[in-house]
Amino acid sequence: MSTSRNAILSRLRDANPEAKAMETITYQPWVSNDAQLTRQRFIDGLSASHAEIISTDRDALNNVIKNIVVSKQFSRIALGTAGEFHSDIVKATQSLETPAIETMTFDCDISDLKSALFNDVDAGITHCRAGIADTGTLVLWPDISEPRTLSLVPPCHIALIKRSTIVSNFAELMVTQTWQNNMPTNIVLVSGPSKTADIQQTLAYGAHGPSQLVVILIEDM
Amino acid sequence: MSQSNNGVHIQELAPEHFHDQAKAALADPQLRQNFRGAMDYLQDKRKTAFSNPAEEKHIRDLSEAIRQRCLSKLPDLLEQLETNCTNNGIQVHWAQNAEEANAIIAAISQRHNAKSIVKGKSMVSEEIELNHEMAKLGIECLESDMGEYIVQLDGDKPSHIIMPAIHKNKQEVSDTFEKNLDNFTPTLDVDELIQTGRSRLRQKFHDADIGLSGVNFAVAETGTLCLVENEGNGRMCTTVPNVHIAITGIEKVVEFLTDVPPLYSALTRSATGQAITTYFNMISSPRRDGELDGPEEVHLVLLDNGRSQAFRDEEMRKTLQCIRCGACMNHCPVYTRIGGHAYGTVYPGPIGKIISPHMMGLEKTKDLITASSLCGACGEVCPVRIPIPEMLQRLRNEAKNPPKPDMPAMRGQEAAASKAESLAMKGFAFAASHPSIYHMGTWSATKMKALMPSNLGPWTQCRTAPKPASKTLHQLIKARKQGEKS
Repeated sequence: MSTSRNAILSRLRDANPEAKAMETITYQPWVSNDAQLTRQRFIDGLSASHAEIISTDRDALNNVIKNIVVSKQFSRIALGTAGEFHSDIVKATQSLETPAIETMTFDCDISDLKSALFNDVDAGITHCRAGIADTGTLVLWPDISEPRTLSLVPPCHIALIKRSTIVSNFAELMVTQTWQNNMPTNIVLVSGPSKTADIQQTLAYGAHGPSQLVVILIEDM
Repeated sequence: MSQSNNGVHIQELAPEHFHDQAKAALADPQLRQNFRGAMDYLQDKRKTAFSNPAEEKHIRDLSEAIRQRCLSKLPDLLEQLETNCTNNGIQVHWAQNAEEANAIIAAISQRHNAKSIVKGKSMVSEEIELNHEMAKLGIECLESDMGEYIVQLDGDKPSHIIMPAIHKNKQEVSDTFEKNLDNFTPTLDVDELIQTGRSRLRQKFHDADIGLSGVNFAVAETGTLCLVENEGNGRMCTTVPNVHIAITGIEKVVEFLTDVPPLYSALTRSATGQAITTYFNMISSPRRDGELDGPEEVHLVLLDNGRSQAFRDEEMRKTLQCIRCGACMNHCPVYTRIGGHAYGTVYPGPIGKIISPHMMGLEKTKDLITASSLCGACGEVCPVRIPIPEMLQRLRNEAKNPPKPDMPAMRGQEAAASKAESLAMKGFAFAASHPSIYHMGTWSATKMKALMPSNLGPWTQCRTAPKPASKTLHQLIKARKQGEKS
C-alpha cells in the first residue's frame, strides 16, 4: 500500500503547513512535596473509584494477603513468577490449609492457561511499578514474570504497591523515569475496578475487567 | 429491517434525509426524554470536573497548542510514527478511504483464517462500516463495549461517540436482550443487565482470532498506541487474541509522550467528567521474546478518508484538532433535542457537522451545516478550542460559493448553490446600494401588505408570517424630524 502512503503524505505536504514551535504555556497538574498529603490523595482517589485499600508493612504483608483470600472466600489464585514481594505472596497462599488455596503460577504460554484463567481463577496478584497520587492510579508494567492478563482476566485484581513509589502526577512520572527511552510492550494505568455507565448513565462495576480491585499499600517510608 | 426508536428505518438513515429524521426524532417523547436526561447528566459531570476556571483555561490553552503543533508537523510525525512502530514490531498500513482500510483488515483476517473479530470501541471502524464489510466475507465482528454491544444486538447504530446506547433507557435495553439473547429474564436492574453482557462476551474474548481497537493518541516519539477506557474490553481485545489490529484517523498522532498527560486529562474530564478513566492502555509492540501473553502481531491502520482535505488550509485544519470527547454534542441544543441518529452520519452533533463534509462531501451533508443556531456552546466547551461555529459558517460559504482563488474545490463545493437565491441576493445588494430603488421597494411593501401570503414555506411552519408595517422606518423618522422642525 505504498501508493496510498505516498498519496496521503503528498496531499498533507502539499498543504505546506508551517511547523509550530513547542508551546510555552505552563500547566501544573496537582503536585505536593508533602509525603502525607501525597499518600492521602492517592488513597482518596482510589477509594472514590471503588478500590479497596489496605495499608500494611512488609512484616504483616503475609497475613494481609491471607486475610483477603479468606474473607473473600477465594479458592484459586493466580500469581507471577518473580517480583520483590513474590516470596510473601507464595508464603501467604501456601500457608492457608483450611480452606486450602490452589495457586496457579503464570509460568507458561497463555494458551496453556487460558481456560483456567478465564473460568477458574478468583483473583490475580501483581506488583505495581508506581502510583499516581493526583488521580489515585496504579501503574502496571507487565513483563515476563507478571504477564498482562494476570491483572485483567480474573474477577479480582490484588495489587501490591510500595508507598515510596507514589508520585504526584502522571507527567512527572514519565519524565523522571524517562519512559520515552524504554517503552515496554505494554503499560497500563489502573484507577479502580472495571466499570461502565453505558446503560442510562447508571454506574455499574465489573464490566469486562476485574469487578474488584484490592490495593495493598506497603508502608516502606 | 430494524428500526430505531424514532421509527425511521436505520438502513435509510442518511444525512440527505436530515430534515425528515429530525422531525421524526422531535416527535418521539421517549427519545427526547432519554437524551435530555443524558445530556443534563453529562453537562453536570463536566462542570464539576472543571470546577476551577483558571485551571480549565490553562489546560485547554495547552491542549489546543499541543494539537496545533502536532498537526503543523503531521506528515513528518506520521513518518516518525511509522518508523518507530515498525522498529517496535508493529506493522503499519495506510488507507486512503474506507475501501482500502477494509481490504487491509480483510487481508490480515484471511491470512489468519479468522472467523471472528472481537472489537473494542472504535468510531473509525464505524466510519468504514467494518462490521458490514467483514460479514460479507464470512467474518463475524462482535462489539464488546457494553453500549456498542447493545446497539449491535438490535441492529441499531451508535447515537453518541462516547455513549453509543444513550438513546435507550434500561427498559429498552432489557427488551433488546430479551429479543436477542436466549435464557434472559427481563430486568430493570442495571447491574444485572451489565452482568448479562459480561457473561455473554467472556467466551468471545477467549475464542476470538483477532482483536480490533481504535486509538486515542498515537505517539510518534516512541511508536506507542494509547487507548482510553473504563470497561476493560479494550484491554481484552488488545491482549487476549493472537492478533491485534488498531485503526485510527491520521490526525490522532502526537509528537511526544509528554503531550499525552494533559490531552488525556482534558479528554476524560470533557467527555464524562472523570478525572481519569479506569484504564489507560499504552501499547508499544507485539509480544516480545519470552513474554507469555499478548498478541504476536500488532497492526496499525492509518486512515485518511477526507482528513487530508480538511488539512489543506489552516482554518479548516482546526477540525482535525478534535480528540473525540463528545462535549460539543453534550452541550448542543440541537443534538440534545434530535439525538444522534437524526444526523444520519457516523459522527453526530457539532463535530459531526464539520468533519462529515470532508468524509462524505458537501452534496450529502449540506443540510447538516445549516442545522445550527450558531449559539457557540460547542466552541465554549471544546477542550482543544475548535472554533466550530466559525467552521460551520465557512462550510456554509463553501456549499454556496465557488472556492476562493488559488484553493482547490472541496468535495461537493457549491452543492447548496441556488441560482434563484444568488440572483435574489444580487438584486438585494443592488437595491440596498441604490436608495431610490430601495425606498421604492419598502414603500410598495407597505402599500401591498395585504397581499402578503400567510404561507411562506418553511418559514411559516413554526412562525406566523411577518406583516409589513403601514409606514417604513424611513417615513417615520422623516415625519418625526419634520415635526421637530415645525
